Amino acid sequence: MAISTETFILNIGPVHMSTHGVFRMKAVMDGEVIVDIEPVFGYLHRGIEKLAEQRTYTGIIPLTDRMDYTASMSNNLAHCLAVEKLMGIKVPERAEYLRVIMVELQRICAHFLAIGAILNDCGAWGTPMMYMFREREKIFDLFEMASGQRLTYNYMRPGGVSQDVPEEFMPALKKLIAQLPGYFEEYDQLLSKNEIFLARTKKIGILTKEMAINSSASGPVLRASGIKWDIRKADPYSIYDRFEFEIPTGKTGDCFDRYWVRMQEMWQSLRIIEQAVKQIPTKGEIRSKVPALIRPPVGEVYTRIESPKGELGFYIVSDHSIAPYRYHVRSPCLINLTTLRDLVIGWKIADAIVIFGSIDICMGEVDR
Amino acid sequence: MTVALSGIEVARKLAEHFTGAIVESSEKAIVISAEQLLPVMDYLKNNPEMAFSFLSDITSTDYFDYFEITYQLTSLEHNHKLTVKTRCYDRHKPVVPSVTGLWQGANFMEREIFDLMGIAFSGHPTLKRIFLWEGFEGHPLRKDYL
Amino acid sequence: MEIEKSLSATYDSKSIDILEGAEIEALKASSAGVIPDPDEWLNEEIKRNIFLTTLDWAINWARRSSLWPAVSFPACCAMEFMSAFVARFDLARFGMENMRSSPRQADLMITAGTLTWKMAPQIKRVYEQMAEPKWVIAMGACACSGGIFANSYAVVPGYNHIIPVDVYVPGCPPRPEALLYGIQTLQKKIARMHNTITVPDLKKALEPEGVQGSA
Repeated sequence: MAISTETFILNIGPVHMSTHGVFRMKAVMDGEVIVDIEPVFGYLHRGIEKLAEQRTYTGIIPLTDRMDYTASMSNNLAHCLAVEKLMGIKVPERAEYLRVIMVELQRICAHFLAIGAILNDCGAWGTPMMYMFREREKIFDLFEMASGQRLTYNYMRPGGVSQDVPEEFMPALKKLIAQLPGYFEEYDQLLSKNEIFLARTKKIGILTKEMAINSSASGPVLRASGIKWDIRKADPYSIYDRFEFEIPTGKTGDCFDRYWVRMQEMWQSLRIIEQAVKQIPTKGEIRSKVPALIRPPVGEVYTRIESPKGELGFYIVSDHSIAPYRYHVRSPCLINLTTLRDLVIGWKIADAIVIFGSIDICMGEVDR
Repeated sequence: MTVALSGIEVARKLAEHFTGAIVESSEKAIVISAEQLLPVMDYLKNNPEMAFSFLSDITSTDYFDYFEITYQLTSLEHNHKLTVKTRCYDRHKPVVPSVTGLWQGANFMEREIFDLMGIAFSGHPTLKRIFLWEGFEGHPLRKDYL
Repeated sequence: MEIEKSLSATYDSKSIDILEGAEIEALKASSAGVIPDPDEWLNEEIKRNIFLTTLDWAINWARRSSLWPAVSFPACCAMEFMSAFVARFDLARFGMENMRSSPRQADLMITAGTLTWKMAPQIKRVYEQMAEPKWVIAMGACACSGGIFANSYAVVPGYNHIIPVDVYVPGCPPRPEALLYGIQTLQKKIARMHNTITVPDLKKALEPEGVQGSA
């Protein structure tokens, strides 16, 4: 006598414990194994692209903060770079160095959260997250000194930054970058050789090189598959060509590699910050002369930067009025999710959660 | 440093292989006609000199007479980039061929354009709304919405 | 014994989407107005001249000191909520030790993020699954009134169009200290709730409507 089995549909989300926001997956399951999956987004679609057509170029900066809210400084930088390219503005030296310091600190912050979330999804219920948040709070203190806000900074402006850092900032920054290597080594020791973590992430969800390039994946997801492509080296923006740093790449493209690449990128960010702190001019202008109401000439621009999640691009079409004609954001998290279906099919549901966590998305950016 | 390929140079190379494909070309971008879009994109992806294996972005803009769809292509091997555009003059049922056969990453990008701007892509595996719900009337990013 | 796999999924994705869309449009049509805040019972003490008994005080103390939040974090305020939860601004010392994934075991919903019309039926479903007594804290500008996105085509201008809200915490995002202040305000509100049923109420509740006396 034979038993026959059937597949059933399981709905995962949009209200679920995994800390990535409101994301829904319709999974067709055969027992515990996933046969097909369909991601559903849009639960946080706020219409930022349409709202941006009604705001001035400086007034869009708070909107950009709230897209990828784990890395607000990167979003600000990309928008300001796009406007500066349209207008042909040159940024003063001290402002450039301040921008780089802020963005690299933000990269460390975002990678802490990413690693904490991967471990949360593996089942280490909250403890690594709490450790990571301890460091994030120290970096938030620095950001609060500079901009007054802990999460959505609104710090950069086209032409520079909005205000200079107070005197206590540099000593506090130097103290923090002396402490950070100790913390990185602590996490490396606890996590990178942990048996349970290795069993949960090694050889799970392997993304091949061809699939990664064809799916337009970018950022740590692309680099974990072995492709050495980082926009800070390939197409340098701001003053990144003055710093020495390496690009860590993974070997196989499994979940462990995606975690490991992020861990190593934090070390490289620390290296960049140390060099920037040595080279920054002690006095200088922090914003070049820019009219209060920005009216770029008619034209269009596509600028991209390497945000902690991947290639963040801004496409602005201007018609010489105070608001953009068309404002589009190339969201790395949304495009990285193209790989989700191929990565997850054939694995059990517990592995699917870890794979999804290792791609590391932020729903504010996916949905905009 | 990524070199932005000059549109005029690329247009000259393309004119040798494809007749009548190029509508306009300038320093920054080339405009291809919608009928010849797929062969030209195939050439740009697979030709060893061009080797545009990475599709960065697809966007659409609503100029009142036509819709313009912009493709940003990058080559990881040669480290150069190019902007390709195509236009669609039909306002009621705009249709453009889909490039998901060449680059799988275009899947969500084209669905987003269909959702927010209303341009359909022929040949797309699952063309349906992505951010807004089924039953939402209209396409918000069009200039005549609200 | 053989296992014969019939991998036929009778699953039509399009019809699921259409059903969801119909639900969202129905909710949008029916939520034009604002649900009033539940605060009439705060004035009951004065109106009916009832004072809280010791039993009331004890029940309120137990309820307000062990509020368990339900999982509901759409957007950026979730980051500040998580910061309020972990070691620096510890929420566990106020009794909110557990974040319950199942709304049936939770009694507080802290809405941390922008509400869109697509998400609204799900939030309403989660709120209705929570057991009485339950409270809602609207955290952040987007939760209070739509915030920076208020005039967007897809955003609900405030959670009070969908569910009744007890405490509003403004900010974008509110600092963890502001959230703690909001929770303490809610605790003060809970301390004044009237719980025990008085004898006249009980009689009225037990008497079936329209029937005089007992058969």
